[in-house]
Amino acid sequence: MEKINTSFKVIAFGMIAEKIKTKELVLEGIPNTDVLTGYLHQQYPELQHLKFSIAINKKQAVGNTMIPLGAEVALLPPFSGG
Amino acid sequence: MDRFSRQHILRGFGKEGQQKLKDAKVLVIGAGGLGCPALLYLAAAGVGTIGIMDGDLVSISNLNRQVLFGEKDVGINKAISASDQLKSKYPEIDFQCKPEFISTQNAINVIAAYDLVIDGTDNFPTRYLVNDACFLLDKPLIFAAIYQNEGQVAVLNAKGSVSANYRDLYPNPPSVYEIPNCSETGVLGVLPGIIGTLQAAETIKYLSGYGQFLEDEMLYYNVLNHETYKLQISPNSEGRERMPVSVDEFRKMDYSMVCGAEESILWEDALKEITSNPNSLLIDVRELNEKPRLELHFPLEIPLSEIHNPRPEIIQSEVIFLFCQSGIRSLKAVQILKQSLIGKNIYSITGGIESPQSPINKVPYGT
Repeated sequence: MEKINTSFKVIAFGMIAEKIKTKELVLEGIPNTDVLTGYLHQQYPELQHLKFSIAINKKQAVGNTMIPLGAEVALLPPFSGG
Repeated sequence: MDRFSRQHILRGFGKEGQQKLKDAKVLVIGAGGLGCPALLYLAAAGVGTIGIMDGDLVSISNLNRQVLFGEKDVGINKAISASDQLKSKYPEIDFQCKPEFISTQNAINVIAAYDLVIDGTDNFPTRYLVNDACFLLDKPLIFAAIYQNEGQVAVLNAKGSVSANYRDLYPNPPSVYEIPNCSETGVLGVLPGIIGTLQAAETIKYLSGYGQFLEDEMLYYNVLNHETYKLQISPNSEGRERMPVSVDEFRKMDYSMVCGAEESILWEDALKEITSNPNSLLIDVRELNEKPRLELHFPLEIPLSEIHNPRPEIIQSEVIFLFCQSGIRSLKAVQILKQSLIGKNIYSITGGIESPQSPINKVPYGT
């Protein structure tokens, strides 16, 4: 039987992209945003000290939100410069 | 033919759109990298009343992006310099100059007199303060901010409290540890130029009803590759709970504490204390190769990376003043020192060595 493809794309902005050293990741087997945050904190401990919002398919995710198949997830830190 | 004829003949904008701009009162908070281009285009477009609020002085390192100012303006207040220059270009516009920083004490009275606010500030405490004041007063807020090569723009509070505001997206303010500003990371001047111009465009669209503005949306722009990303902001009860519920509560908020900032002090006050109190100490927390060095007042030189292990002379002193290039690292150093030296008076000097008030910039030429 063919394995179901559960991968999704993550795009990172600002300082998050700097800390994870790429603007784009492909992850799989992560069902929701809480698990995603836990995974990111473990893989990239520096992110534990940064606040950022998560969007799924260009809509801000509030609270723990399911990540649908083939979704585009964005990690959005605040900017303050002017 | 008048100076707005190209807008009069624009289909869908016309003389009606022009009249709406003329009748509008817009407040620009922060006449810096974002505020300068926004101001230039709002004034050129014919907004009738423009408030310009900024307590900061022009410094030489501002000039790569703060395009209203030139070398002759260094040391002059930004709101005064900006309104003088714009007045001479467009005498029919009512420019209202407010040469002071926005605070919980003045924000409500100042903002209440305008139809719309543009946030061109450069730090989180002020951004949360402006967001909360606009929320309490039901004023639309044209938000923008930059980080290195990226910028973000949004129209917040467009229809009052039913619309998105900054706390929906970021309920908890970051601490000063988290995000450096552009004086710490650098920026191409053209980026705030683009983003501030987008703020002017959103303002003109909002006021005139021409086109679609970024309602409850945040646009992200990257100057290196022109990639954009448009986010739909969602209502967020966590953010709403943190909002002050009344003007009284707003006036009692301490936004510098909310954002994890620590005590700051001006050069003038720090130097007074240093020259009069033998138990005070001045520390330069920059790397040893950073220029210009301060020869006067004999600062100790301890880079931020080494500050966690205080030397005996630090422990013995009563009052400690820290400075760096622009005032960001010294804030971090205050937090680090406060962890090991609980209860000691430790201050970060606002603006660092680049401040127009620093002893290096205050010394007259030729001496």
